[in-house]
Amino acid sequence: MNIAFTLNGKPQELTISPNEKLTEALRRLGVYSVKTGCNEGACGSCVVNVNGRAVKSCLMYAAQVDGGCVETVEFIGSLDNPHPIQSALVEEGAVQCGFCMGGLIMSAKAVFDKNPSPTDEELAIHLDGHLCRCTGYEKIQSALRKVSSGAAS
Amino acid sequence: MKKNFNVVNKSVRKIDSLSLITGKPMFVGDLKPADALVVKMLWSPHAHARIVSLDASAAEKMPGVHAVLHHGNVPRVLHTTAGQGFPEPSPYDSVMFDNKVRHVGDRVAAVAAETAEQAAAALKAIKVVYEELPAVMSIEDAMKPGAPIIHDEPDAHAAIPVPYEPERNLAARVAMDVGDLEAGLKASDVVLDREYYTDYAQHCPIEPHVAMAQIAVDGRIVITTSTQVPFHVRRIVAQVLQIPVRRIRVIKPRIGGGFGAKQEVLLESVVALFALRTGRAVYWKYTREEEFVSSRTRHPEKMRVRVGAGKDGKIRAIGLDCISNSGAYGAHALTVVCNSGSKILPLYRSDIIHFVGESVYTNLPVGGAYRGYGATQSSFAIDCHMDELAEQLGMDSLEFRRINTVRSGETSPVFRALGEGKAGVEQSVGSCELERCMKLGAKEIGWKRRGRWQDKTGRFRRGIGMAALMQGSSIPEIDMGAVSLKINDDGSFNMLMGATDIGTGSDTVLAQIAAETLGCDLDKLIVYSSDTDMTPFDVGAYASSTTYLTGMAVKNTAEKVVKQMKDVAAAMMECSAKDISLSDNKAHGPGGRSVTFSEIALRALYGTDQFQIGAISSAISHKSPSPFSAHFAEVEVDTQTGKVSVLRYVAAVDCGTAINPKLSEGQTEGGVLNGISYALTEEYRFSPKGRMLNSSFLHYKIMTMRDKPEIKTILVPSYEKTGPYGAKSVSEICINGPMPSIANAIYNAVGVRMRSSPFTPERVWRAMKEQGRI
Repeated sequence: MNIAFTLNGKPQELTISPNEKLTEALRRLGVYSVKTGCNEGACGSCVVNVNGRAVKSCLMYAAQVDGGCVETVEFIGSLDNPHPIQSALVEEGAVQCGFCMGGLIMSAKAVFDKNPSPTDEELAIHLDGHLCRCTGYEKIQSALRKVSSGAAS
Repeated sequence: MKKNFNVVNKSVRKIDSLSLITGKPMFVGDLKPADALVVKMLWSPHAHARIVSLDASAAEKMPGVHAVLHHGNVPRVLHTTAGQGFPEPSPYDSVMFDNKVRHVGDRVAAVAAETAEQAAAALKAIKVVYEELPAVMSIEDAMKPGAPIIHDEPDAHAAIPVPYEPERNLAARVAMDVGDLEAGLKASDVVLDREYYTDYAQHCPIEPHVAMAQIAVDGRIVITTSTQVPFHVRRIVAQVLQIPVRRIRVIKPRIGGGFGAKQEVLLESVVALFALRTGRAVYWKYTREEEFVSSRTRHPEKMRVRVGAGKDGKIRAIGLDCISNSGAYGAHALTVVCNSGSKILPLYRSDIIHFVGESVYTNLPVGGAYRGYGATQSSFAIDCHMDELAEQLGMDSLEFRRINTVRSGETSPVFRALGEGKAGVEQSVGSCELERCMKLGAKEIGWKRRGRWQDKTGRFRRGIGMAALMQGSSIPEIDMGAVSLKINDDGSFNMLMGATDIGTGSDTVLAQIAAETLGCDLDKLIVYSSDTDMTPFDVGAYASSTTYLTGMAVKNTAEKVVKQMKDVAAAMMECSAKDISLSDNKAHGPGGRSVTFSEIALRALYGTDQFQIGAISSAISHKSPSPFSAHFAEVEVDTQTGKVSVLRYVAAVDCGTAINPKLSEGQTEGGVLNGISYALTEEYRFSPKGRMLNSSFLHYKIMTMRDKPEIKTILVPSYEKTGPYGAKSVSEICINGPMPSIANAIYNAVGVRMRSSPFTPERVWRAMKEQGRI
């Protein structure tokens, strides 16, 4: 079947099989930030934003985004012009292996888009679906705290 | 001893971090060609069985299937999957595919097909007839006379002269005695004899094991893999496939965490053989379930600790007997259990020391390298034991440790006695700020307000516990790391290293050491690492070696380059090289004159007497200086449910000079939270027939941002004279503290000693009930 959606600000058409997951479809399109760590919605590495909501793309069929808008971490910032969340994570030393980060950043962005100054507790509740084994989340929290207080560039 | 640093000891940005979080294709799965064949493995459904017959003929003919591998069509080469130096201290008890399976999740046959669906369908068409054998499900069962022999194949053997007795399921044994333990205990005023047990756990890198093999235009095999040990992968794949090392190139791109699990050569030989047989690119990624069951785990360990002390509070004799469960194969069996002794016993001063470490085979998942590497298990036993002993002596636990722990300049017979598969290396303790770690950590947690459990009441009771820790930095006289460095026209440098950054930031830390030595900015270093064709050798990312050992190789190499640059600059400024110093990307000569690194490079490359300014150099270690650490946990126990919550955690660590303080803190915080969930929630549950029942992140709980307590890291500087700019290691020691400090805190809260992990609500509740605390 064919679907059409907006991917990272650009119109995208794609032929998919009806049971293809969104993770696989996006990776097939070269959107490599979308990772698979468990394939059952438990690790959060595959999170993307669909119509402004953070979703686990391994639990979603590609067909479900037909007509919708999908954003991934590739879209929100670049090496030359990183998003404030990305800058803060780098400055705080919060990025170790980085495998979980694409998904985690998209969840964080969905929070900040609705509320520019969430508390630690609010962030922790929204990011509870993300597993990071490297950092102990301490530096991630301090980076997001900076974004929340407006201290991040 | 240089202590005023320009680049070192600064929290510079991790050099790959922005690329990693803007979605660049940097991991193995991102580099896969669209037409790569996909591998699926048929895993054993039985804990212990002989394969009577295996018929893959139908599977081979199925659509999309290109090849099937099984014991009938691959070379039988005994080897170890443990990615260690050669010859490996782990027994040669593995073959690519065997006619026997030794745990649920052992290999039976593999299919390479165009799609994952086709491969999965083909697996179902493989007809296997098994003869089930009695299985061994515990350390105790493995050691019983007449127990089923798991490795009854005649060709299993040890590659080095170490005890190996598969006929009684003994995968490894190591022992040492200084003085007479029994006599020492008899002469002590207080003696404590206890048993402890730590259970299975998995590393849980968020990226599971993944590897890809391609045939290059010259017929060589290029393996791109998520590994901690690219050079050991090359050697072991060559061994297993019986082809020369020169036919193989191994590349490690960015990898999604390792923690020891990826110090194992598991997927690479399979994808390489498929690529050779099909001529196609071949890709294999573990599922999360496979990562739990068919990867590697932390060895469970049963430990008996006997310590005697005088009324003065000084330890007279210390005995530690460890038996580890190696699972179905002996990967890291000897060295992990050996480190249970060698990485904790030197911490406590004692004239009499006894240690026995044994590792036994069972029909359960395979143990392996896991951050902490045996010291994690024994730190739990020893640190809990010391807490209880201090109590029996009527002493404060912190004071007891203060008077008994090792100081700078002291030595221990353990260093000499316990090496890795051979005798150890005599050494004295260099830098050691353990006492200061204990002092600062105690102050931060509020040690003085801990009180006695007897005085605590109410449903929720709080307690504070601590642990004192050591580890090592590299394996002395065994590990080696090498580095090459060359200058470019613009005064930048290519630095090539075998060293393996597994997310820790070693590429950054090593570039900082180079920039410090060269006198340039960090962004002048172009780092490329872990490619067996392009970079010089390195043992890889394990044994807390990279900063210390490869760091020294970086410094050695950079110093050679500095000498060459000074010679060129001297010719340019017509002065003596002795009068030149390098800093700020310039060579400074007498009279305020200077030339830039770029001008030096241009002269050397295009001007007069041209040559490539560059060097290659290596380093070995002659000692393994220990980082030291004191950990403190404050917990709250719900006496109605047994649930333990960690409220606050403090880790004070002496890692020498922290080359990058934020990255050192990050290592500590990550290790601590991993250790907290190891202590409280992570648990392998097995069916009676050895099948893991909770092989998913939904049922095996690792902690999230919501579960974490505040973790406070205190870096306590020291200067290790043998290390690069005073550095020691930091990455492993941190995971050893949570289990003992939480157990001691639980005791301080509710008066029960938890001697078996994990401390689940049910276990804590039962312990409180049995001991009449509730």
